[in-house]
Amino acid sequence: MATPHPTRDAAAAAGDTRLKILEATMKRNQYRPDALIEVLHKAQEIYGFLSPDLLVRIARSLHLPPSRVYGVATFYHFFSLVPQGAHTCTICLGTACYVRGASELIARAEDVAGIAAGHTTPDGKLSLASVRCIGACGIAPAVVIDGNVTGHMTSDDVAAQVAALLSAPELLGS
Amino acid sequence: MELHDLQLIARRERERRRRIRIHCCTSSGCLASQGLEIQKRLEAAVAEAGLEGEVEVVGVGCIGSCGQGPMVEIAPEGTLYEYVRPEDAEAIVAAINGGECSVQRGDPLRPFFTRQFPIVRKNAGKIDPERIEEYIAAGGYRSLYRAINEMSPAEVIDEITQSGLRGRGGAGYPTGLKWSTVAKSRGDRKYVVCNGDEGDPGAFMDRSVLESDPHLVLEGMCIAAYAVGADQGYIYVRGEYPFAIQRLQKAINQAKKFGLLGSQIFDSTFDFRVDIRVGAGAFVCGEETALLASIEGRRGQPRPRPPYPAESGLWGKPTLINNVETFANIAAIIEHGPDWYASIGTESSRGTKVFALTGKIHNTGLIEVPMGITLREIVHQLGGGGHSGSEVKAVQTGGPSGGCIPASLFDTPVDYESLARVGSIMGSGGMVVMDNSTNMVELAKFYMEFCKDESCGKCVPCRVGTVQIHHLLDKLTSGKGSPADLDQLRELCQLLRDTSLCGLGQSAPNPVMSTLKYFTEEYERLIER
Ligand SMILES: Cc1cc2nc3c(=O)[nH]c(=O)nc-3n(C[C@H](O)[C@H](O)[C@H](O)COP(=O)(O)O)c2cc1C
Ligand code: SF4
Ligand code: FES
Ligand code: FES
Repeated sequence: MATPHPTRDAAAAAGDTRLKILEATMKRNQYRPDALIEVLHKAQEIYGFLSPDLLVRIARSLHLPPSRVYGVATFYHFFSLVPQGAHTCTICLGTACYVRGASELIARAEDVAGIAAGHTTPDGKLSLASVRCIGACGIAPAVVIDGNVTGHMTSDDVAAQVAALLSAPELLGS
Repeated sequence: MELHDLQLIARRERERRRRIRIHCCTSSGCLASQGLEIQKRLEAAVAEAGLEGEVEVVGVGCIGSCGQGPMVEIAPEGTLYEYVRPEDAEAIVAAINGGECSVQRGDPLRPFFTRQFPIVRKNAGKIDPERIEEYIAAGGYRSLYRAINEMSPAEVIDEITQSGLRGRGGAGYPTGLKWSTVAKSRGDRKYVVCNGDEGDPGAFMDRSVLESDPHLVLEGMCIAAYAVGADQGYIYVRGEYPFAIQRLQKAINQAKKFGLLGSQIFDSTFDFRVDIRVGAGAFVCGEETALLASIEGRRGQPRPRPPYPAESGLWGKPTLINNVETFANIAAIIEHGPDWYASIGTESSRGTKVFALTGKIHNTGLIEVPMGITLREIVHQLGGGGHSGSEVKAVQTGGPSGGCIPASLFDTPVDYESLARVGSIMGSGGMVVMDNSTNMVELAKFYMEFCKDESCGKCVPCRVGTVQIHHLLDKLTSGKGSPADLDQLRELCQLLRDTSLCGLGQSAPNPVMSTLKYFTEEYERLIER
């Protein structure tokens, strides 16, 4: 499927390296519609979330109706259609963590951050989330902070971590 | 690549080895507690002590006792260190030459280790999963060589059938039978798919196998592809397992480089390629037809069967789909023969099963035990009983599709039929232990909330039923329930079981039904209040 892709020129003009990475991913997958989930993974990895513009762009490149792309993006929990906070705190609510008191961890984190899990603080600093098992059940309860897993957490640990993230200096750039 | 090449690689690898190996667990559990830093510090300590000619530090897969991690083992002598901190590195190295070391020692002779029967986890914690040479030195890829060069596809399928191996993904379908169906199905192209979605929250067997010994899974898939006539494979791994994905990709690249994946494997006419597909957080994608839809880039919604994937799977072609652990048993069956495999376990459930022991249990971690072992032996001997001495009340097997088994039934042997008889299932291997502090109605509600969130919404009984059951349980736990609610709960559960389209809806009532049966008084107590 060697159709010309208008986005390539646009990307070069804007000097947008992120777009180039996305284009490269689609190209590597030969713009096949069945690569949609791979492409969405990549898009979310580089942009942090999937904006409506991005979804339309992907739909066009993979020759898919936008409704199909939107349908897939909303079906899977992994994909986020709204921007995430500068930091993320994800608390595991899988069975092993639940039995070892994960509900208390969530409650404390929500309390300290002043938001419910699944939301981002108004200043955009922190997103609080829950997940159903990250496979670290042997060290339950587990918490993921900015991509790093920690086990055997207590609610005091979580409270301290969340407070630290909230008072961390602003991140520069992305 | 030829057989003597494999042997040469193995010999060179053995010659390269140092007399003493410090095995440092770098699998997910220990990695989360500074496993890599510990490895680095151990390497520095070995260099510092000038022992490089004699001692090497090897990053290995999961040793099993994850709850006591980070774990370090001194091989071949067997000393185990628990709760290791980076600053312990020097003392551990000094202890090799008889120095003082106050780091907590684990007992390698405790039942947790000695009662196990490792087949799938044979190399876990012993080899560096990131080096194919170590896998080959441990005998790896020889079964693939044998299958391709000394056996016909039909003979391979016969051996798998005779071994009695059943699918480890939950349902326990006979593996040989599935393979022969795919082999017989007509198609210009066939696929082999490995189900590594591991959706049961609280289970991490497949993750650990992928992280600790990825080549074992690849070899199994490759033998399967040869047997059924497929040339393309996919491994579907949950997106929550980035580290397993990374290791697997490394393993695929190495196998390709060594000519063990790709075209003309072992200089035969057999070609097989494997690609990874990363899941995106949907429990229902573990169901085989949903998983196939997801590989095709669509919403992961199940479809009615038949047709089964064996006849019409990926892009309408015959597709073999097996679980990670199922594939991880294949090489051993080809190596030691079906009779050997069939001699392990029970009449109807042959071989071993890997379980993730979690919850309120003393020894959390991974075990591989022969089928037929009792729950009591697992919980009390291997598991060491309740967490900090508490009294174990029940164990839950099979996750959101399984049931709770009360302590009074702990003499039940672990095999597919016996577990079903007591209202649970073997499942994929999650075993969550509950003590007296666990409220069983809350637990049932927890599972139902999970199923409600994960219902794909395609069929009404599951979409609406899970919400209603969850609502009833919520009413009960907040003390507003009536005896009529219990009756309605039972009715709804039966309805879901009988009319849902896929296994998610059909089995979602199991945690509720089993707790209602065995812990009736906990429900009734909520009503009396
Ligand atoms: C809701 C649901 C979730 C499932 N999740 C998994 C899973 O995570 N891993 C798995 O191997 N099988 C899972 N299965 C079973 C698969 O549909 C399929 O039976 C299995 O992958 C076949 O492999 P096996 O024969 O080797 O067990 C699930 C089934 C259902 C209904
Ligand atoms: S039973 Fe539930 S998960 Fe399965 S198809 Fe129906 S709605 Fe989807
Ligand atoms: S249940 Fe929390 S990591 Fe598995
Ligand atoms: S993860 Fe280290 S022992 Fe299991």
